[in-house]
Amino acid sequence: MTITQLQQKAADVRRDILTMLEAAGSGHSAGPLDLADIITTLYFDIMNIDPKKPEWPERDIFILSNGHTVPVQYAVMAERGYFDVSELTTLRKLGSRLQGHPERKKLPGLETTSGPLGCGLSQGAGYAYSLQYLDNARHRWVYVVTGDGELNEGNIWEAAMFAGKYKLSQLIVFIDRNNIQIDGPTDEVMPLEDLRGKWEAFGWHVQEIDGHNIESVIDAASMARAISNKPSVIISHTIPGKGVDFMEYDYHWHGYGKSPADYTRALTKLRTLNGKITSGDIS
Amino acid sequence: MSYPLVSNVYAEDIAQEPIRAGFGRGLKNLGETNKNVVALCADLTDSTQMSLFKEAFPERFIEMGIAEQNLVTVAAGLARASKIPFTSSYAAFSPGRNWEQIRTTIALNDQPVKIIGSHAGVSVGPDGATHQMLEDIALMRVLPNMIVIAPGDSVEAEKATKAIAENDKPSYLRLAREKTPIFSTPDSPFEIGKAYVLREGYDISLLGTGTMTYQLLFAAHLLETQGIHAEVVHVPTVKPLDEATILASVRKTGRVITAEEAQIAAGFGGAIAELLGEKLPTPQLRIGMNDHFGESGTPNELLEKFELTARQIAPKIQQFIDAVPRYHQGF
Repeated sequence: MTITQLQQKAADVRRDILTMLEAAGSGHSAGPLDLADIITTLYFDIMNIDPKKPEWPERDIFILSNGHTVPVQYAVMAERGYFDVSELTTLRKLGSRLQGHPERKKLPGLETTSGPLGCGLSQGAGYAYSLQYLDNARHRWVYVVTGDGELNEGNIWEAAMFAGKYKLSQLIVFIDRNNIQIDGPTDEVMPLEDLRGKWEAFGWHVQEIDGHNIESVIDAASMARAISNKPSVIISHTIPGKGVDFMEYDYHWHGYGKSPADYTRALTKLRTLNGKITSGDIS
Repeated sequence: MSYPLVSNVYAEDIAQEPIRAGFGRGLKNLGETNKNVVALCADLTDSTQMSLFKEAFPERFIEMGIAEQNLVTVAAGLARASKIPFTSSYAAFSPGRNWEQIRTTIALNDQPVKIIGSHAGVSVGPDGATHQMLEDIALMRVLPNMIVIAPGDSVEAEKATKAIAENDKPSYLRLAREKTPIFSTPDSPFEIGKAYVLREGYDISLLGTGTMTYQLLFAAHLLETQGIHAEVVHVPTVKPLDEATILASVRKTGRVITAEEAQIAAGFGGAIAELLGEKLPTPQLRIGMNDHFGESGTPNELLEKFELTARQIAPKIQQFIDAVPRYHQGF
């Protein structure tokens, strides 16, 4: 796919997310929207995967550590062909494979179960350890996405120390640095800076990118794969709620709006990098 | 077929060994037969007896440092990569500190991580209450998908270690620090989910798990001279319970006493009470730690203080039989 095609796909994913949230009546808004560019690029460009064979032994691994943003993963997986897009509106409904937080056993293609924050990174580290030290599979990669508020969790820094010690160079982490968490701006709730310095001190290779610039996402992942003696973290600066003007930058949109009507309105406001588009039905 | 006990099971010179030693041997043996077995430890490699595996298979041993949350979640990732990870620490820290990680990434995620909790119970001794894990049976047996096993001696612990590796479910193995009499033999059966009648009787069912099974066995031996014929049932698998064996014994005897080196609330005694309450209501006495913590002392001093020795349990059995009419027979 060209960069333009990836941008269009990310716009489709944002439309899917809003439609899903509108139908679900609950869920998180800002994180899924701001991760659309990174996760779309991972699934459509960066990762070596086969949607028809989710257990393919040669696949790259994707772990969403901040599981509450899973609408974006579901939307990307559907767009990529893991399942039909029409299933997306079952999100959070009884009997759905699309649980409110991702559950491995419910949906083929999910590598783990996550939601309680802070434990996806160490699972990715465990998988990367296996590839590097036990399986001699140096051609496979483990991609983990974490939130920034999630970095409050002690488990994250235990995993960071572990991956640094064992130089898990096949582990690549994108931090969704959107500066918000439920109670407010991250730097009011629990300051994270010097974030780059923290990761460097733990033995990681650190890059900082604009998390909405798809070319930067691709380049950073390439650079991370080329670093052969350290795990890599890519601090991805994003705009919470990206794509919907009245949600952008407002931490109140970390969670759900007042009603599904907010998402109906958001669909009409959805912007692409090229300007406003008209939303259609999800099908 | 009766359960094979060692020939000198009631003698003073019965062989003794820490239950954790059986785990250490079992894990090393597994390393030889199954290349997917990997071992992770949180800075307690000798104490938890993982050192045998580490020496034999250093390339499959992962030192995690003092980080129990990471210990089990890295293990969950390894399990996703088709490994059979064994994690070890003191039970007070794993599953004591990292229970939510176990719940989400191992139990709900249904990954075959084997969680080894060493140094469970008050017999840990002088380290005191912080290190004497008493709530682990309760914590682990309420988790869907989780298997919970408390072996009765080191010989059985070795068999249990092998059995959980061959089972594709999340599992918790509860081990004790101090030497415990070895009552079982290499030929004694062990199967996940099975309970074993060690000694037949008809006056009362004594159900034990972990270190307390031997205390019940010896108490039954002491009571025989007084004409009491107690049936002793060893229940190494706390979850899933062997309902058939337990119900058959209790139906025959009409009275039940449970014993564990753990909190009786929600622990093993609690599990038996739940079973009998629904399927065969029966008067029950739960022996164990009753809503209090342990303290520092020698293991023997502590077992005496908390009345967990066979010589202290025997009169309790006698009093219970005297006070409680036999159920079921004649119903």
